[in-house]
Amino acid sequence: MLGSVIQFTVDALSLGSLYALMALGLVMIYGILRLVNFAYGELIMVAGYTLYLLDGTALPWLVMATVAVIMAILTGLATELVAFRPVRAKSVTAVLITSFAFSTLLQNAALLFISPRARLVPLPDIFTQTMEIAGVIIPLRNLLTIVCSILLLVLFAVILKRTVLGIALRAAASHFTMARMLGVPANLVISIAFAISGLLAGVVALFWFGRIGSVVPGIGLEPLLVAFIATVIGGMRSLLGAVVGGFLLAFVDISLNYLLPQNLLQFRDAFTFSMVILLLLFRPQGLVAGPATGQRT
Amino acid sequence: MFHPKILVSLLLLILPVVVLVGFSEVMGVRLIDRIATTLCINLILVLGLQVFMGNSGILSFAHIAFMGIGAYTSGVLSMPLQMKSMALPDLYQVMVAIEISPFAGIIVGGIAAALVSAVVSYPLMRLSDAAAVITSFALLMVLHTIMIHWNAVTNGPRTLFGVQSATTLPIAAVAAILMIVVAMMFKESRAGILLRAVRDDEVAAGAIGANVSRLRWQGFVLSALMAGIGGGVWAHFITSFSPQAFYLKETFVILGMLVIGGAATVSGAVFGTFAVTALFEGLRATENAINIAGIFSKTLVGLTEVVLALSMIGILILRPGGIVGDREVGAMPVIRKFFRIR
Repeated sequence: MLGSVIQFTVDALSLGSLYALMALGLVMIYGILRLVNFAYGELIMVAGYTLYLLDGTALPWLVMATVAVIMAILTGLATELVAFRPVRAKSVTAVLITSFAFSTLLQNAALLFISPRARLVPLPDIFTQTMEIAGVIIPLRNLLTIVCSILLLVLFAVILKRTVLGIALRAAASHFTMARMLGVPANLVISIAFAISGLLAGVVALFWFGRIGSVVPGIGLEPLLVAFIATVIGGMRSLLGAVVGGFLLAFVDISLNYLLPQNLLQFRDAFTFSMVILLLLFRPQGLVAGPATGQRT
Repeated sequence: MFHPKILVSLLLLILPVVVLVGFSEVMGVRLIDRIATTLCINLILVLGLQVFMGNSGILSFAHIAFMGIGAYTSGVLSMPLQMKSMALPDLYQVMVAIEISPFAGIIVGGIAAALVSAVVSYPLMRLSDAAAVITSFALLMVLHTIMIHWNAVTNGPRTLFGVQSATTLPIAAVAAILMIVVAMMFKESRAGILLRAVRDDEVAAGAIGANVSRLRWQGFVLSALMAGIGGGVWAHFITSFSPQAFYLKETFVILGMLVIGGAATVSGAVFGTFAVTALFEGLRATENAINIAGIFSKTLVGLTEVVLALSMIGILILRPGGIVGDREVGAMPVIRKFFRIR
């Protein structure tokens, strides 16, 4: 009994902390620009392919991982430059379409220049080792995921609450025009938001590939969907909401895995997405309401 | 009935479709026939998307799912009896007994898509901007998941074989021409004009009495009806397909055609479909030529999508309204002068 409780807790927490980071990366951008970045999942894809391309070099894994995260950050910045900045002042629809187009562009570039087939991602030994707690075997990477994610979340919270940068970001999220009038540089804040989003996606990618082991061009869709659902559950405007939503979604997912019969389990995505639609209808602000709405420019 | 500039627009938009059919029939080449038919079917889908997206200003991802509903409804209902037992062994008894002609199937498929959209979309139409887009994306996911797992009717994620072949180029072209007229009539109807007013200023239009969610709903259902019919026509052309055909890749192509041409006008939808098809076929030929010549060590895939994505981003940056912009072709100064329309 104790064993299965531990198993369930570790499963839910490790998946939840990954989901929380994914959701946080999406909300960083939504909070400030009120726009969904459809190319978010491709940041994870880019990090994966970077690891794949660096495989075989003599570099230690940590260096490869750092390079992968940096590539994700750069791709995040590129998304902003290509898909957001030129059309930001035009219509909401235009930006959504450009980000969707940029996502397709990156995916097909991977198809074109690398391969449509799955490619193995190099992983350090620690990701495949396991340890035994109270009679259950638990993969070390799950514990590692929990620890790293919580460290990152704490670091992130401190930056947002205590530093000038964090205050500027939160000001921009709550009322963009007012923040600009008070001297917050708009382009810089938006670029930094995209860089942070890329950083989160890069770190998520390391652990995500730790779970699945290989990268394909369409890899970004699932993380994007997860981040979508988690942010809608938690609240599109609130960073805390994104984290809550991520953990809640993982908890629901893992519970459904344990509880639902096989023939219904395959419809799990239909259930979760119906939940998203219902939530947007009846509680559009999500479970955790964000700051009062301000205008985007 | 209509202002002369609208009649002239209709005439000028139907003309290229007629010319295309004539050209293909004269040439009699199988490849050209296939390209022309695909173009007409895409035109139906793009026009369907234009009816909702162009008039309401809201991006909809669910459109392709309604195409899927039309395709499966029409394909399954018109399938011959002996074929049904082979292609869909688990099909419900009631549906096994039914066998209708493909053309009736296409109509029924359109109605089925419209009914589903009428029920599921009614509450969604209150939402605007990003929330509306996310719900339509979620709707696509829900419908896609159902299509992939509803083994009894769709054969699950596997390909559905044995759909009757019925669509020929003239049939697809007639359907496309009909859709041009329907899209233009909706745009100029009371509902269409009000919906465009809502698009331009939701608050002001609401203040003069426009029922925002009802108007959007009307546009959405009509759009789903057109997508369903497009799906049916496509199903009887391609004859075997899987749920993967109604997903993000197809969404991207249809959306690209509309955005490049210009979402606000029917002319934009028609122009975009022709332009992107020409671009695609050119690129595909290049891709094939490169692959056959073996210039690179591996086969080239994804080049067409890369170019389409780049052109979409480029168009949205340089000309956010698309190439055609916000005027129908009949309202452009040159054309007005030529036809002496005041």
